[in-house]
Amino acid sequence: MNPSHSTTLSPGKSASGASPLGTPPDFDRKERRLALLHAFRRFLPESCLIHEPEALKVYECDGLTAYRRLPLMAVLPDTVEQVKEVMRICSKASVPVVARGAGTGLSGGALPLEDGVLLVLARFNRILEVDRINRTALVQPGVRNLAISEHVAPLGLYYAPDPSSQIACSIGGNVAENAGGLHCLKYGLTVHNILELKVITIAGDEITVGGEALDSPGYDLLALMTGSEGLLGVVVEVRVRLLPKPACAKVLLAAFDDIQSAGQAVGEIIAAGIIPGGLEMMDNLAIRATDDFCKAGYPTEAAAVLLCELDGIEEEVMDQIVDAKGIFEACGASELRIAEDDAERARFWAGRKAAFPAAGRISPDYLCMDGTIPKRELPKVLNAMQALSQASGLRIMNVFHAGDGNLHPLILYDANKEGELEKAEAVGARILEICVEAGGTITGEHGVGVEKINQMCVQFETLELAQFHALKAAFDPEGLLNPGKAIPTLQRCAEYGAMHVKGGVLPFADIERF
Amino acid sequence: MDGDSSEYLKERVLAAVSQGAPLSIIGGGTKHWLGSTPSGEALPVGDHRGIVSYEPTELVLTARGGTPLAEVRSALAERSQMLAFEPPAFGADATLGGTVAAGLSGPARPYTGAVRDFVLGTKVMNGRGEILRFGGEVMKNVAGYDVSRLMTGAWGTLGILLEISLKVLPRPKAIRTLSFEMEAVKAIERCNAWAAKPFPISGACHSRGRLRVRLWGSVRGVESAAKILGGDDIGDVIDHEGFEIDLDPASDPACESAVEPEGEHFWAALREQKLPFFAASDPLWRVSLPPGTSLFDIGNGDRSQGECLIDWGGGLRWIRGGADDGKDIRLAAKRCKGHATLFRGGDRSGDIFDPLPSDLRLLHERIKAAFDPGAIFNRGRMYPGI
Repeated sequence: MNPSHSTTLSPGKSASGASPLGTPPDFDRKERRLALLHAFRRFLPESCLIHEPEALKVYECDGLTAYRRLPLMAVLPDTVEQVKEVMRICSKASVPVVARGAGTGLSGGALPLEDGVLLVLARFNRILEVDRINRTALVQPGVRNLAISEHVAPLGLYYAPDPSSQIACSIGGNVAENAGGLHCLKYGLTVHNILELKVITIAGDEITVGGEALDSPGYDLLALMTGSEGLLGVVVEVRVRLLPKPACAKVLLAAFDDIQSAGQAVGEIIAAGIIPGGLEMMDNLAIRATDDFCKAGYPTEAAAVLLCELDGIEEEVMDQIVDAKGIFEACGASELRIAEDDAERARFWAGRKAAFPAAGRISPDYLCMDGTIPKRELPKVLNAMQALSQASGLRIMNVFHAGDGNLHPLILYDANKEGELEKAEAVGARILEICVEAGGTITGEHGVGVEKINQMCVQFETLELAQFHALKAAFDPEGLLNPGKAIPTLQRCAEYGAMHVKGGVLPFADIERF
Repeated sequence: MDGDSSEYLKERVLAAVSQGAPLSIIGGGTKHWLGSTPSGEALPVGDHRGIVSYEPTELVLTARGGTPLAEVRSALAERSQMLAFEPPAFGADATLGGTVAAGLSGPARPYTGAVRDFVLGTKVMNGRGEILRFGGEVMKNVAGYDVSRLMTGAWGTLGILLEISLKVLPRPKAIRTLSFEMEAVKAIERCNAWAAKPFPISGACHSRGRLRVRLWGSVRGVESAAKILGGDDIGDVIDHEGFEIDLDPASDPACESAVEPEGEHFWAALREQKLPFFAASDPLWRVSLPPGTSLFDIGNGDRSQGECLIDWGGGLRWIRGGADDGKDIRLAAKRCKGHATLFRGGDRSGDIFDPLPSDLRLLHERIKAAFDPGAIFNRGRMYPGI
C-alpha cells in the first residue's frame, strides 16, 4: 500500500479534532531552538540538523496525514553515540523527543511536537550482520522491512512479519508498533520474530534487552518494548529471527453469496486443524473496487471473497488443499479457484494488496480503521457497520485479516464536502467502540498514536491507565519520550467521558449497540 | 470446584500491604524448588480456578490462574487442540498461573514458540490490590503496553495472575520420532542446518550419543520430511499419537543406568525431567545459548558427554555438576552469548538467575515498584530485593 494514500486529506487542511495534544508551548520557541542548536552543533554537523520551516515540512506528519505539525527541529544522527548525546541534552533541558523511522505509521505515532525534537533514525540503514547458523540478522532501525528478506533470500531465509507497507516501513518503526501483516496467524507479529534490542533511554544510557539465545534473564523487557510506540526508549539496533522460506505455497479463492457463510468457513478451517499462512476476506465493495483497479479477476457479484494461502512442505500443502476445498464447498462457496501457478497466485493476491489504493480511486478520501474482534462476532460487527454506513450516508469498504480477526474498514468520504471528515471520524470512533463491545480491541497492528487516543479511554479502565503511566515513569520519569501518544492522561479520558455522557456528540445513537 | 476467590485475594493483599508483610504466591506448589527459596506468608491461589471460556475456532482459551494445567490440557485435547509451547508440569498439581509465572516451555519451544508467545491477555492483581486487565482474547492487539507478556516469566513478583488468555493450536495429525546415532557436535550442526529448511520439526534433543528429532504435521508431510531427514544415518523410526502424556508425577527419574524411553515417552520424560540424565542429585544447570553454539566448553578441563543433555536443537544445554557457585558455568555461558540458571539443587540462597547488569537491575527495581510498591509479592524469588 502506498502510505500516503492511507489517510488522505487536502493539503494544509487540518483535521476536525485539531491537535489532540492541545496546548501551545508556553515558552519562546525561537530561544529554545537556538539554545538546542548551539548544544547539538558541538557534536553534530550542520547536515544532521534541520530547523528551517520549509525544510521541516517533510516531517510534519507520518502516514496519518490528517494531523500535521512542525517540530522545533529535526535531528538526523549517524551514530549511536550521537543519539545518546541528543537524548542527554534533551533530557537535561526537559525537551520532549519524538523518534521517527520511515514515517509510514498510520496512527500518528511519529507526529512531531511543536516544542519538541524530532529524532529521525533514517540514516541508521545498515544491515550489520547476518548469522547464517543461528538464523538471525542484526540490523539498524532504519533498515526497511522488505530489505531484510531481500538480503537473506539467497540463504533461503526471510523475515516473517510483512505489514502491507513493507516496501517502505522501517524495522525500528515495526518494533515500536509491533507491526503485523498478512501472515501473522501462523508466523506471528514483530514481538514473535525479534530476539534482541539495543535501546537508548531518555537519560542517554544504552541498555540491551533480550539476547542471542532464545530467552534471557529477568523480566521480558523485549516484549514490553515491542509496541510501546516510542514511549519507553529509542531502539538503535534490532536482532531479528529469520525463518526458512516455505517450500510450497498455494492459494485458494472462495466466493460466497453472503458474509455469514464466509465467516463460518473461516471458523471451520480453523476447527479442522488448518492454520493457513494467510486468510483474508473482502466484502463486495472491496471486491468491486479492487477488481476495477487491478483486474484481479475476482467474482464481482460475490458478497464476500476469501483468499486462503496454505504453505509448508509440498505434501502437507496438498493434504490441506483437499481439506480446505471440502470445507469451503460444505459452507456453500459459490465459486472455488486454486491458483495454478505463481503468476495466478500473485494475481489473486494483487487485488487484496491493492485494496487501499483502490479505495483511493473510488473515493477522494478515506479513513482506515484497525479494530480486532473475535471471529465469531464478524457477522454482527459487519451488520452494525452497514447500519452505520446507511445512517451516515458514507460507504464503508471492508478488507479483513480473517484468520486473526483484524478488521480494516475503510470509511470513504470527501474532505471537500462540508462536515464529511467530521462525520467520517465519528463513524470511525463508533466502529472502534463496536469492536471493544464485541470483546475486541481498538487496534490490531497500527498502534494508538494520536489517532485512537480517545478510544483508549473506552478500552481501558482508569486504574489500568494509571498502571500504564506508572510503568512509563519507570523508564521515563519526566515523560519526555513521545508524550501525548498511545496512553491518554486520566484528565483527557475524563473529558472524553464527559463528552460521551452528554450524548448527541456521538451520531447515530439509535443504532443497535451490543 | 471452579471458583472465583479474587475478593479473598484482594483482602489478603490489602492486609499484607498495610502490615508490610510479604506474601509468597502458591498455586499447586510444584515448583517451590525452582527459583530462590520463597519467603513470606503463603498466599494460596489454587482455589481461584476454572476455565472461563474456550472457543476452539477462535484458538483462544481463558482460564483462572489456579486452574490445573492438566485440566487445561485435557479440555484442549477433547477438541484436538494443544498448548504448543509444551509446558512442563513438574507435578500433577501444577497450575496454569504457575506455568505462566515461571515462563516454562518444553521441547517444542524453538519451533512453535515460548509460553510468552502464546499469552494474549491477562487479568492481574497488582500490589495495591487493584484488579486490572491487559491484552485480551484476540490474536492481534497493540493497545497499551504489553503487560501480559511482562508478567510471563516474572515469577509472580509483579502481581497475581488471576486470568490468562492463551492462543492454542490444533494438534498435529501425525507425529514421528527419528533417532540417529550421532556425536553432539555433529548433532548440533545437523539440527541447525535442518532448522534453516522448512521441515516440520517440533523437537530435537541429543542425549547419550543419540539425536532424536520429532516431526509433526500432516501424514504425508511427516512421511516426506522423514524420508529426507533420515538419509543413511537413520536408526529408529517411531510413530506416535501423542506427546503430552502424563507421567506419574510421584515417580523419580529412571536411575542413571536405565535405558532411555522412546517415542512419546521420551519427549514426556524430557519435558518433565524424568530421563535418566536427570536422576543424579548434583546441581542441575540450565544454559540457554544461541542454538548454533558448538560444544559448550566450561573451560575447567575434561567433561564427559554424559553430563550434558542438549535440547532445543542446540539452544538449551542441561549441565550437571560444576563448581559450587557455578561461576565457571555462568562465565562460559556469557562467553557464548547466553545465560545460565541454577535449575535444581545447589545453593538456593545465592544467585539462581544470571545477575543483571546494573542499568537493567535498576530498571527492574523501578518496574517492580510500579506494580508492587510495597514489595509484597514473592520478594526475592527472582533476584534479591525484587
